Amino acid sequence: MSLLEVDRINTLYGDSHVLFDLSIRVEQGEVVALLGRNGAGKTTTLRSIMGVLAPASGAIRLDGKPIGGLPPSVIAGLGVQLVPEERAIFGTLTVEENLRIAALTAPKAWPLERIYQVFPRLKERRKSAGRSLSGGEQQMLAIARALIRDARIILLDEPFEGLAPLIVRDLVTVARDLAAEGRTMIVVEQNVAAALSFANRVYGLNNGHVVFEGTPADLEANPDLARDFLGVAS
Amino acid sequence: MPSWPVLASQAFNGLALGTLLALVSSGLTIILGTLGVLNFAHGALFAVGAYTIFVALHYTSSFVLAILIGCVVMLAVGVLLERIIIRFFYDRPDEDQILVTYGIGIVLVECLRASFGGNAQRVPVPSWGQGATKLGFLIYPTYRLQLIAIVAGLLIGLYLVLYRTSMGLVVRAGIENPGMVGILGINVRRAFLLVFAIGVVAVGLAGMLYAPVIAVSPDMGANFMAQSFVVIVLGGLGSFPGAIVGGLIAGEIISLTSAFNSSYSEVMLYALMALLLVLRPQGLFGTEGRA
Ligand SMILES: Nc1ncnc2c1ncn2[C@@H]1O[C@H](COP(=O)(O)OP(=O)(O)O)[C@@H](O)[C@H]1O
Ligand SMILES: [Mg+2]
Repeated sequence: MSLLEVDRINTLYGDSHVLFDLSIRVEQGEVVALLGRNGAGKTTTLRSIMGVLAPASGAIRLDGKPIGGLPPSVIAGLGVQLVPEERAIFGTLTVEENLRIAALTAPKAWPLERIYQVFPRLKERRKSAGRSLSGGEQQMLAIARALIRDARIILLDEPFEGLAPLIVRDLVTVARDLAAEGRTMIVVEQNVAAALSFANRVYGLNNGHVVFEGTPADLEANPDLARDFLGVAS
Repeated sequence: MPSWPVLASQAFNGLALGTLLALVSSGLTIILGTLGVLNFAHGALFAVGAYTIFVALHYTSSFVLAILIGCVVMLAVGVLLERIIIRFFYDRPDEDQILVTYGIGIVLVECLRASFGGNAQRVPVPSWGQGATKLGFLIYPTYRLQLIAIVAGLLIGLYLVLYRTSMGLVVRAGIENPGMVGILGINVRRAFLLVFAIGVVAVGLAGMLYAPVIAVSPDMGANFMAQSFVVIVLGGLGSFPGAIVGGLIAGEIISLTSAFNSSYSEVMLYALMALLLVLRPQGLFGTEGRA
């Protein structure tokens, strides 16, 4: 049984139909990359899994149990954790308070020290207000909030977007280490090379449909598809 | 030009009014910031608080005990209002929220009028607050001095709850981004109940403590509510420190202006608000979080 199964979901914003019978599955310990052009429906997929949006039809199962329609707070309690595209750091809270609020309801929260070993920069900044962080530091904190909850599956929405190459390199190293430790993740990225450097499997999305499923090697063998549907040159 | 003792006395009045406005406004602002609901029943709840102590003092001669009873009553009122009515309006448009809280306010005020009549009632100053205290060249009513200290203590207590407890952490995060609080596994709606109840107890306490120094009547809260709207705009919508500083500024402006000409005190307050909105639209402590 897969850890997470998204089974033919249809998700709408009001009247506008965005996801069409979309199915993906994620095995325990796997990193799945979700690729596609802007507006393909990647963020909507992650928001549907997190419960921020309720799919109009179809099923989402965690460990085989349906979670579709549950509120985000309950889904988070089951170990699913979205790291949103806009990062959503609490700007008036300090770095440490951002971590503490994330840990509040987690049954097996990491101690702060363990987070600071992964992100030493956050320890230096622990008393700073969230709004004073650089983009890279905000992204570290956004990922750290998922880690401190010891999430079973982390949904990363464009974690490298808008960051300097050196910072992307550091974050990719962290992501690779997490993948090597067997942490399950879905990563949405425009930076395909960075995403494929730690993903085991790839789904391609176009206009709310899955148009490709395979390994990173399969994608490389299909340059036309990558270019035409996904708007990516790998 | 008023004499120095008059000015000094008005400055103390400003402090007493300012701390009270701070207490009333902090309830209003955390409810607005966290729940996204502008509570137009806030003024009526101020009056309910004042009548609670008026009634409680019929059963006990202890002012402190009456306050405690009043707090329990206000807590119950807050919890019931949130559970029975307010919670069904979180996802509704602003107009609906304004209409329903405005309606609650009218119903509460008319209930008070039906039960106690429209005439002003008097709540006695507590025995430990009788008389006046000499402060250098100024003689000032003792209870008003105590009022300043008590309300300052309450505000510090509220500060500690907001900044030193897990619940406060959730409230402050919820003011910024309730959606993300939910994504981090916290049932925001449960925190909403607590915030609403705390806001109602805060404004009720303000009504109870202020009852001995003003006439207790069903409409007594209307003026306070208008002033606290100005305060939370001054301080920045949803900002607790903003409500404190804004309250103190508003209290001093109203009181000191009345030392010169009392008919201008409200005008000055609105003029200052207008000026600040031009220079700093988000208010003194406002952030670009949700409003
Ligand atoms: N809040 C919204 N309301 C209406 N339509 C939206 C909203 N958010 C996204 N969309 C639309 O849904 C489609 C998919 O968006 P999204 O999932 O954000 O794409 P991606 O993350 O792949 O760039 C786009 O056509 C977008 O315009
Ligand atoms: Mg997106």
